[in-house]
Amino acid sequence: MRATPSREVLRSWSPLAGIAVFAVLLLVVAPAVLSPFRLDNLAKYSCWAMAAVGIGLAWGRGGMLVLGQGVFFGLGGYVMAMHLKLESAGAGQVPDFMALYGDGTMPLWWEPFRSSAFTLFAIVALPVLIASVLGYAIFKRRVKGAYFAILTQALAVAFATLLVATIQQTGGFNGLNNFSSFFGYNLYDPTNKRMLYTIAASLLVAMLLVVFQLRRSRFGELLVACRDGEERVRFLGHDPANVKLFAFVVAAVMASIGGAMYAPIVGIISPTDVGAPASLLLIAGVALGGRASLLGPALGAMAVGYGRSTLSESFPTQWTYFLGALFIVVILLIPAGLSSVLPRLWAPLRGRVGPARRLRESGATA
Amino acid sequence: MDAFTTPLLTGTATGAILLLAALGLTLTFGQMGVINMAHGEFLMAGAYATYLTQQVVTNTDVSIVIAVPVAFLVAGGLGLLLEFFVISRMYHRPLDTLLVTVGVGLVLQQLARDLFGAQGDPVVAPGWLDHQIDVFGYNWPFRQIFTILLALAGLAALAALLKYSSFGRQIRATVQNRDLAETLGVTTRRVDRMTFFVGSGLAGVGGVALALISGTNPTLGTGYIIPAFLVVVAGGLGNLTGTVLAAWTVGVVTAFCTDWINGSMAQVITFALVVVFLQVRPQGLFTVRTRGLV
Repeated sequence: MRATPSREVLRSWSPLAGIAVFAVLLLVVAPAVLSPFRLDNLAKYSCWAMAAVGIGLAWGRGGMLVLGQGVFFGLGGYVMAMHLKLESAGAGQVPDFMALYGDGTMPLWWEPFRSSAFTLFAIVALPVLIASVLGYAIFKRRVKGAYFAILTQALAVAFATLLVATIQQTGGFNGLNNFSSFFGYNLYDPTNKRMLYTIAASLLVAMLLVVFQLRRSRFGELLVACRDGEERVRFLGHDPANVKLFAFVVAAVMASIGGAMYAPIVGIISPTDVGAPASLLLIAGVALGGRASLLGPALGAMAVGYGRSTLSESFPTQWTYFLGALFIVVILLIPAGLSSVLPRLWAPLRGRVGPARRLRESGATA
Repeated sequence: MDAFTTPLLTGTATGAILLLAALGLTLTFGQMGVINMAHGEFLMAGAYATYLTQQVVTNTDVSIVIAVPVAFLVAGGLGLLLEFFVISRMYHRPLDTLLVTVGVGLVLQQLARDLFGAQGDPVVAPGWLDHQIDVFGYNWPFRQIFTILLALAGLAALAALLKYSSFGRQIRATVQNRDLAETLGVTTRRVDRMTFFVGSGLAGVGGVALALISGTNPTLGTGYIIPAFLVVVAGGLGNLTGTVLAAWTVGVVTAFCTDWINGSMAQVITFALVVVFLQVRPQGLFTVRTRGLV
C-alpha cells in the first residue's frame, strides 16, 4: 500500500513526539518526583545514555561496531576532571595526587586545562581530532566489520592500561576524584547538583535531536546505505569512508561530552570507566534498547546503568551472569532490541507492520 | 648480550602461547567470519583442566602429559557446545556473534570464579620442567621451551591436518569458496563444527602452557584475547604462515618494549604498531585468495 503524503509526513515527524515525551519525563517529571539521590543516579545514567546515542548512530545506523567508546568517554571525562582538579587546587597550585605519587611538579600539558574555555573546547576538539585521525586511517584502508570492532576494543584496552601506567600524570588506577567545584559552583550544594542533572539531561535531549535530524538527512540515508551495501554506495560514486568517518566522529564527540558530565556528577573518573568492560556495558545498553532506533540506545543504556548500580552492588555474582545472559539473549533472539518488540506487540491492533520489523528486514542485524 | 637474549627468549615463549590461541581464532574467523570473544576463556578452561588433572593424577611428571589431551578435549568440547547452541544459529550475522560470545565469555568467567574461587590455584611444574638452560647469560626456564615445543607441535599437527587429511581439504575448500564446496558435496556445517572443535581445543592446549607459567585464574584469558586477535588481524585470515610470524613478532616486540619501558606501555606500543601495519597491509601479512568482493 502506498502511503499518502500526509501519512508520510506524520511518520517522519513522529519520532519528535517521542523525543518530546522523553524530554518532559527527564526535565519536568523526574526532578519533581525523584529524591535528590535518585536524581543524581539518573544524571549518571544520562551520561552513559549520551555515549549510547552516539553508538546508536555509528553502530545501529552505520554498521560500525564501536567496542571502544569508553576511550572517548574517558577523553571527555579526564579533560573535565583535570580542569576540576586544577580548579580545586587553586591558582598556581598543583593537584594533590601529584605530590602524593610524584615529586609534586605538574606536567606541562596539564597547564592549558586551567582555562575553562580551553577545557570546554578540548572536550569537543580532542575526540574530533583523535577520531578523525584514527577513523581516516581505518576507513580509508577499508578496514571494517570484525577488524574494526577488534581494533576499537584494543584501543580501549590500550587506553586504560596507559592511564593505569601513568600514575603521576593521571592518577593511575584511582583516577581523578575529589572535586570541590564545577566552574565556580560548589559541588556539595544540592541546588548545584540539580543544575548538573539539568545540564546532563538537556544535553542528552539535544543529542537526540541532532541524531533525529541526521537520520532524516541525505547523510542519514547514505549512512544506512553504507551499512547495508558499502560496495554499492561506492559504485554509485560516493566515498563510504567519509560517510562513516563523520558518523564515527559524531559518536566520539557525544561520548566525550557524556564523559565530561560524568566526572563532576559522579565525582570520579578512573580507568575502570573507560576500559573494555565499560565500553561493552555501553554496547549492551544499546543492543538492549534497539541499536537502530532513535530512543532505544538512550533508554537501554539507562536501563543497564540502573542494573549496574543497583544489582551489581547487592548481587555481584548474579549481575555478571545477568549481563552475560543479556548479551546472549538479546543479540540471539531480539537483535533489533526491545524497541522492536513493543511495536510488534501492538502492530496487530493497528493492522500494519511496525517500523522495527522493516528495520530488521533491511539488514539492521548485519 | 643478556639484555638482548632475555626479551627475545621470553618473547618467543609469549608468542608461542599467542600462537596457540590465535591458530583457533584464525581458523574460525577465516572460515566462518566468526569472531569468538570467548576464545580467551577456552585458554582459561585449558588451564583449569590442567589444574584438575593434577588433582586427580598427583604425580606431576605424568599429569602434565595427560593434561594436554584433556585440556584439548575440555576446551574443544566447550567450543563444540558454543557452536551448536549459539553460533550455528547466527550465520549471516558475524558481528552479532562477536557480541554474543562476549556474553558467553562473561558467563564462563563467573562460572570459573564460582567453581574454583576468585583467587586462582597454583599448578605445580613437573620435576623435568624445573630446570634452566644457560643461553648467553640468560637462564632460560624449561617451561618456556616446553611452551614453544607445545606450540610447534600444535602447529605441525594442524598444518598436517589441513594439508593431508580429507577433513583438512574440506576446511580449505570451505574457506576459499563456501558455496562451491557445498555444491561439491562438502557438508559445510559439519566442517564448521569440527573446525570450531579443533580451534577451541588448540586454545585449551595453550591453557596448559599458560597454567605452567602463571597458574590458573578466572580472568586468565582476558589478557590474551586482544593480543591474539591482533595477531590474527596482522597475520591475515586463515593463514598459518602469517599467524606464526605475527604471533612471534607481537610476542617479541611486547617483550622488548616491556624490557625497555614497562609492561603497560608495551601493550600500547604493540597496538599502535598493528594499526600502522594495517595501513600498509590492510589484509594482513598473507591472504587466502578468494573471489569475494569484501
